[in-house]
Amino acid sequence: MSEQKPASRNELMVVAAARALKGKRVCFVGVGLPNIAVNLAKRTVAPQMELVYEAGVFGANPARLPLSIGDPTIVTGSTATVSMHDLFGLYLQGGRIDVGFLGGAQIDKYGNLNTTVIGDYTTPKTRLPGSGGACEIAINAKEIMVIMRQSTRSFVQKLDFRTSPGHLGGAAASATLRKEQGWGGNGPSVVVTDLAVYGFNSDGEMELRSIHPGATLDEVKSSIGWELRVPANVPETPAPTAEELRLIREELDPTGAYV
Amino acid sequence: MSGATGSKLRSMRDAIAAHVHDGDTVAIEGFTHCISFAAGHEIIRQKRRNLTLARMTPDLVYDQMVAAGCAKKLIFSWLGNPGVGSLHAIRRRTEPAALAAGETLLEVEEYSHHGMVGRYVAGAHRLPFYPLRSYSESDLPNVNPLIRQVESPYGDGKIWAVPPLNPDVAIIHAQRADEEGNVQMWGLLGCQKEAAFAAKRVIAVVEEIVPTSVIRADPNRTIIPGLIVDAVVHEPYGAHPSYVQGAYDRDNAFYREWDAISRDAAATDAWLKEWVYDLPDRAAYVAKFGAAYFKNLTPTSAPSGAVDYGDYR
Repeated sequence: MSEQKPASRNELMVVAAARALKGKRVCFVGVGLPNIAVNLAKRTVAPQMELVYEAGVFGANPARLPLSIGDPTIVTGSTATVSMHDLFGLYLQGGRIDVGFLGGAQIDKYGNLNTTVIGDYTTPKTRLPGSGGACEIAINAKEIMVIMRQSTRSFVQKLDFRTSPGHLGGAAASATLRKEQGWGGNGPSVVVTDLAVYGFNSDGEMELRSIHPGATLDEVKSSIGWELRVPANVPETPAPTAEELRLIREELDPTGAYV
Repeated sequence: MSGATGSKLRSMRDAIAAHVHDGDTVAIEGFTHCISFAAGHEIIRQKRRNLTLARMTPDLVYDQMVAAGCAKKLIFSWLGNPGVGSLHAIRRRTEPAALAAGETLLEVEEYSHHGMVGRYVAGAHRLPFYPLRSYSESDLPNVNPLIRQVESPYGDGKIWAVPPLNPDVAIIHAQRADEEGNVQMWGLLGCQKEAAFAAKRVIAVVEEIVPTSVIRADPNRTIIPGLIVDAVVHEPYGAHPSYVQGAYDRDNAFYREWDAISRDAAATDAWLKEWVYDLPDRAAYVAKFGAAYFKNLTPTSAPSGAVDYGDYR
């Protein structure tokens, strides 16, 4: 076997996200990096996982990497195509989704997300795509995983707009409110960035879990807009295996379009 | 409307002229799949103005219609170029700093996907609202006063509600229909059925016109009955650059090209001139690309197995 190039930061991100999916059963997929992470998980740690695409497919088996969320390859060979009404009603609000992937332009320390505007809503500096299904994935999927590149612009003290609720203002409020509302989901559990992996502590606040090989604690802290909670001992994220890198480079993203 | 029997086959020009008027609320639906760009282009050519454009995902078709000056308002749930990035013509009309002299900001009314689907469902069912769990602790109700809460009549707290959406006209692309407008579709179903049943008038645009016997041989495939359809338009490749499952692939290269074109207002106008205004119809658009172009977008075959409905005479 020829010598492999070392893992890029995007590859570290995809592999860490894929490993977090170990043993999961039903995953609501997003396009881009989440899509590669989920397809990598299905080939490694979660072979039984059903891929659900927001465009209306349950049990997808994409033969090529979809550019858009609604690529025809997610339909051919899938278990079921479902209307938007069935997808959001029966599958998502009906509580059939274990893990949902979300990202955004901004995230705060409680995992609340903004995908709507930068600046004021009525006179925005940047008009972003909006919710799509994010607002309902955030409350109805049993857990939420987030993949985002981190910077002080995206990991912010205060969101310009809260599109999708995470742990709101802290875990106690989140648990009470989620129960009152009859929401099926428990909110965000894992955030994977290009530098590190985060979980959420008992206060519902983001907490550093591991730092990717090649990244430093200083780099991690200086690219977050709040005082990050750092436990006493933070391990290094286990490096990708040769097989994980081969799957990404040869099967999942051979043209390097995403990773 | 509709309820008429007999052939409803019309040219796109006649269908748009008869059913889409200035000031209408128009829903060209189709979730990534089966988006009637042919209808969008004909609306641009016929210079409709002050339209309220409703669609879950405005996609390039509404970016083009906004660039052409057809719209005053957007109702949507996800505003982007799927898999690529932003809709730049719409951004130029929604970001004050990007607004050109003499232009006004588009009115924007936004929901989440479930909320948008729910609006069509309530509209189709002739109900006053659709209840859903989304929106608590989201800022969306703060900026859209039509998202409201109601008390459950069964004593288990409040639930969010969205109002019905009844477009003046829904335009639905699909694989096939008969001349009476019985529409069959497969692949991603989006909210074609809900939008059509919610609308006052329906234009069905299809790749293929088939005999009624073909429809009746596979009734499970029918999503919209001719009963609610006002016009049927036969428009091969009418969904390009979106796609039609089994017929042609999504033209991802064009979705990427539009990103570059639409960043520049002059380039956008030049594109509209070359590909919409200067062409008489969709057939001319298809011919301008050429047969080889569409051959490259044609998938190899993957037919379903036929099912047996049984003969019960």
